[in-house]
Amino acid sequence: MVEIPEHLLLRSAEAKAKALGIPVEQVLAEMRGEAPPVAPAAPPPSAPPSDPAPTAPTATTESPAAPVAETPASPSPPAPTPPAPETTTVSVETPPTEPLTAPSSPPPPASENGERATQVTLRPVAPPEEIPEGVRPQRLLTVVKAKAIQQVKATPTDKVNTWPHLMIAEFSALMVVTAVLIVISVILQAPLLELANFNATPNPSKAPWYFLGLQELLSYYDPQIAGVIIPTITGLLGFMAIPYVDRNPSTKPSDRKFAIMLFTLFLTGSATLTLIGTLFRGPGFNFTYPWADGIWFDDLKDWVHFE
Amino acid sequence: MANGLARLKVKERVEEAADAFRRSSFWESIFRPGSPFKRGYSDSPRNRSYVIMNNVLYHLHPVKVKRHAVRLSYTLCLGGLSFFLFILLTITGIFLMFYYRPTAPAAYIDVEALSTSVAFGSLVRNLHRWGAHFMVLTVFLHMSRVFYHGAYKPPREFNWVIGVVLLLLTLLLSFTGYLLPWDQLALWAVTVGTNMAGFTPMFGNQVKFALLGGIEVTGNTLLRFYVLHVLFLPFVIVIFMAVHFWRVRKDGGISGPL
Repeated sequence: MVEIPEHLLLRSAEAKAKALGIPVEQVLAEMRGEAPPVAPAAPPPSAPPSDPAPTAPTATTESPAAPVAETPASPSPPAPTPPAPETTTVSVETPPTEPLTAPSSPPPPASENGERATQVTLRPVAPPEEIPEGVRPQRLLTVVKAKAIQQVKATPTDKVNTWPHLMIAEFSALMVVTAVLIVISVILQAPLLELANFNATPNPSKAPWYFLGLQELLSYYDPQIAGVIIPTITGLLGFMAIPYVDRNPSTKPSDRKFAIMLFTLFLTGSATLTLIGTLFRGPGFNFTYPWADGIWFDDLKDWVHFE
Repeated sequence: MANGLARLKVKERVEEAADAFRRSSFWESIFRPGSPFKRGYSDSPRNRSYVIMNNVLYHLHPVKVKRHAVRLSYTLCLGGLSFFLFILLTITGIFLMFYYRPTAPAAYIDVEALSTSVAFGSLVRNLHRWGAHFMVLTVFLHMSRVFYHGAYKPPREFNWVIGVVLLLLTLLLSFTGYLLPWDQLALWAVTVGTNMAGFTPMFGNQVKFALLGGIEVTGNTLLRFYVLHVLFLPFVIVIFMAVHFWRVRKDGGISGPL
């Protein structure tokens, strides 16, 4: 049930009271549930025959006093109100709280009814008030609960404040990496071999580790294929094209087994090639075993010793 | 006793002065509204938003993020760490530039002197070198993470392309830096690398010539790689990074969980 604001309730009560010609206080009391409500709240039509209420058969009458009679329909269970339209129904069994029933001693029902009817008819109908020029009289029909004017289409997602939740996670990750880097840098000296000498070619000559997979490929294929076509065509352009080739909209791993398989193949393949090129290639770029012949990779020279 | 009282007084006075300074209009003018450094900062949702919005560094972030993004296990912070390592490499790199001359006779001597006779020189050089290896690794792992999450799917396709360019630029930055110590390792690694570039079909020799500034690795190559390493490539990568981060925000923030 919607909570109706006080001022609207008052306005509504005033309008109703004016229409029915009854005091505003009474309507208000009805609306607040202090006094019995009007006819609609009366028991269903099936009630009277089945209900052997003490005053039932004689208590009900059809009051012809049309609009005014609407007022105090009784909600009390024994009141067997017929299923007449609300404006024409008057219940006899007026509860004691009912302000309209004047001498509410326990007289016989019929007489009470008569008395009630007279009183109803006697009550002067309020004369129509003067309506000022240019003002259109209005009455409140109903109060509709307000809804947001904007239609929110996006479904709300579970979000947290960046500060502090994300910032703390990032800051800790940053601190950990800095700490690890400093420890590594204190322990491990970056390699610095002898001065560059064009006349002394080291054997083997190796590229930086991230190119060693390519250098490894070079020992299998023609340089144009291994050194240029594979890295630029498949490596660079192929990778850029991934989102335009893979049109599968799903991000679930179970829906994209083929894509994941291809990428994992690439990852393991390049990792294997890089490892072979780094650790298992010795003089003349021939195969060696790092545990037998040592590491032939100068980046690692100063800090990995297998011998 | 008197000494203790005096010390207490000094302490009180310092505190008073600090408080007065924090009340001053100068201090107030430094920080934007909602800064935790401002007097009377309180932990409210509004201020939590202001902390992000009103800070030039933090406002790279949205005010709110999806809850799962906070879980470290989702992204492992790899993209952020790549960016952080780039900043670390910039700072250490600027330090190194003070002690380094990119000429064939001087480069090796400078690097050697840096390792032996400059305060923290060895540490900073090590940080720069291992940090560079780390960055290649984190960028690569970041790419793998994005692939496995399917985070390159619409509307993020183009950001993936930018990301691949960033990976290439990272590799180039690392590779150009490789030559700068001008030792045997640098010389022959770059010789091998540029020889690979020379196998480019049709205009291989031209590519190699442009990279080396000659037909083989010389002092010209050193200068060329130096300028590429400290100026040109960082300039380009910063532009691409800016677009990359901006697109992350515009394309709906960090990707959702699987």
